[in-house]
Amino acid sequence: MLKIKNLEAGYGKLRVLKRISMHVNSGEIVTIIGANGAGKTTLLYTIAGIIRAGAGEISLLGKAINQISAEKIVAAGCSLVPEGRQVFATMSVRENLVLGGYVRYKKNKINIGQELQYIYDIFPVLQERENQLAGTLSGGEQQMLAMGRALMAGPKLLMLDEPSTGLAPLIVKNIFQIIQRIRAAGNTVLLIEQNAKAALAIADRGYVLETGKFILQGPAEDLLVNKDVQRAYLGREVEA
Amino acid sequence: MTSQLFLQYLFAGITYGIIYAIVAIGFNIIYNTTGIINFAQGEFVMLGGMIAISLHAILPLPLAIGLAVISTMLIGALIEILFIRWLRSPSVLRMIIITIGLSILIREAALHIWGENVRSLPYFNGNEISSIQLLGANISPQVLWVIGICSIMVMLLSLFFKFTSLGQEMRACAANRLAATLCGISTKNMVTFSFMLSAGIGALAGCVVSPITYTQYDSGTALAIKGFTVAVLGGLGNSLAAVLAGILLGVIESFSISVVPLAFQDAISIGILLIILFVRPHGLFGSREAAGLKEF
Repeated sequence: MLKIKNLEAGYGKLRVLKRISMHVNSGEIVTIIGANGAGKTTLLYTIAGIIRAGAGEISLLGKAINQISAEKIVAAGCSLVPEGRQVFATMSVRENLVLGGYVRYKKNKINIGQELQYIYDIFPVLQERENQLAGTLSGGEQQMLAMGRALMAGPKLLMLDEPSTGLAPLIVKNIFQIIQRIRAAGNTVLLIEQNAKAALAIADRGYVLETGKFILQGPAEDLLVNKDVQRAYLGREVEA
Repeated sequence: MTSQLFLQYLFAGITYGIIYAIVAIGFNIIYNTTGIINFAQGEFVMLGGMIAISLHAILPLPLAIGLAVISTMLIGALIEILFIRWLRSPSVLRMIIITIGLSILIREAALHIWGENVRSLPYFNGNEISSIQLLGANISPQVLWVIGICSIMVMLLSLFFKFTSLGQEMRACAANRLAATLCGISTKNMVTFSFMLSAGIGALAGCVVSPITYTQYDSGTALAIKGFTVAVLGGLGNSLAAVLAGILLGVIESFSISVVPLAFQDAISIGILLIILFVRPHGLFGSREAAGLKEF
């Protein structure tokens, strides 16, 4: 699905990602965990085309995407739910969702009503709030709206940047259940989280990013029991 | 003041106010998608009037106005493509200076093409002295044309932004540029469309007011200052507030004539602009928080 080779990226002279390589297989949930400033968001922004890669290759479904514009990457099947939701605050929930489906109804007429119903099935609360302005929703609802909007584009790869930030534990649980449901429906998910425990619990594989490099990678259950990961990211003291 | 005179001032105020509002809406459309003030907005108004006047020599009036609006829209798109689009993450200041440069360029080009002559389109109905009685006041039929066309334009615009997919995309771009990109919307194209749209609006306004205010190569500048005052007065980016603020400024100006000499009219609107910028920079109807989040 997604292959990254020797990727370098950053802001101006600042190099944030230092020659990293990774891959995501079709149908997987892959998570990248790491502390603040490790480069997690930069990595997702580079894949999504918001930041241009300095060097290296990114390919999606066998097609190189590091030279094409951000809006074409969405059309190519890779959607990002950015950190901090970024909903269109001054527009209604429904308008937000319809805009998410923009790339598809531009290409060939899809049935917007049917797509909306699919999203409302996953997030029933959005249907209740259909005509409310997105800016008036609670944090959890905005997160759901941002996810629903990304799903409207019919992505093959859905990238989520810290979906649990600032949400109550119960809502976080709900969001993670929904991520599993999205995968079950055939999407591939690349998840970035500070909440390493919750992320590793639903992921198939994980990468640990530290100061722009992957220091560990492997099946999620292996990472969960790894002593370094436990000490650094799960807040658990391990007896030597 | 007699009630008849009062109405006379009021109608004059509303007419000018609506024209200012239309110019302000042109500012707002571009401001919303790019975050910059396009100081060449007044020149679009002048171009619309001038092109329509030239075309009217060979074409009937409605056709001349239609073509003038379309050609101004194309000029707007061309300007954006040539001078704005290729900039890579330009600073707000740089873009503003570019638009100031463009306004000077367009004005000088207009001087070369049309000369210094003051021109005007003919009145759409009747002539300079024909008037209709309304509640005891005498008003020119052209005033009704201005009010009518501009009101329809504002209504069509709000329908456009609410119900068409292009309008929705432009609003999305205004609400959150990053999110719009992540929805697969080409924000660069939206900026081009916003230049086209505000050029078209400006041009149409330039045509309907031409019989009343006349058109000269530099008549855009004064209108741009008034339009900018109104946009700031209403709160940048808010088009409905611009209509109210426009009418307010127009009425204040027209009633000021009964107190101070006509020559002070412009000073009054610039005075209002300064007071607003000092005291309430987020505008009469804008919210302080929203203004705090804006770059400019």
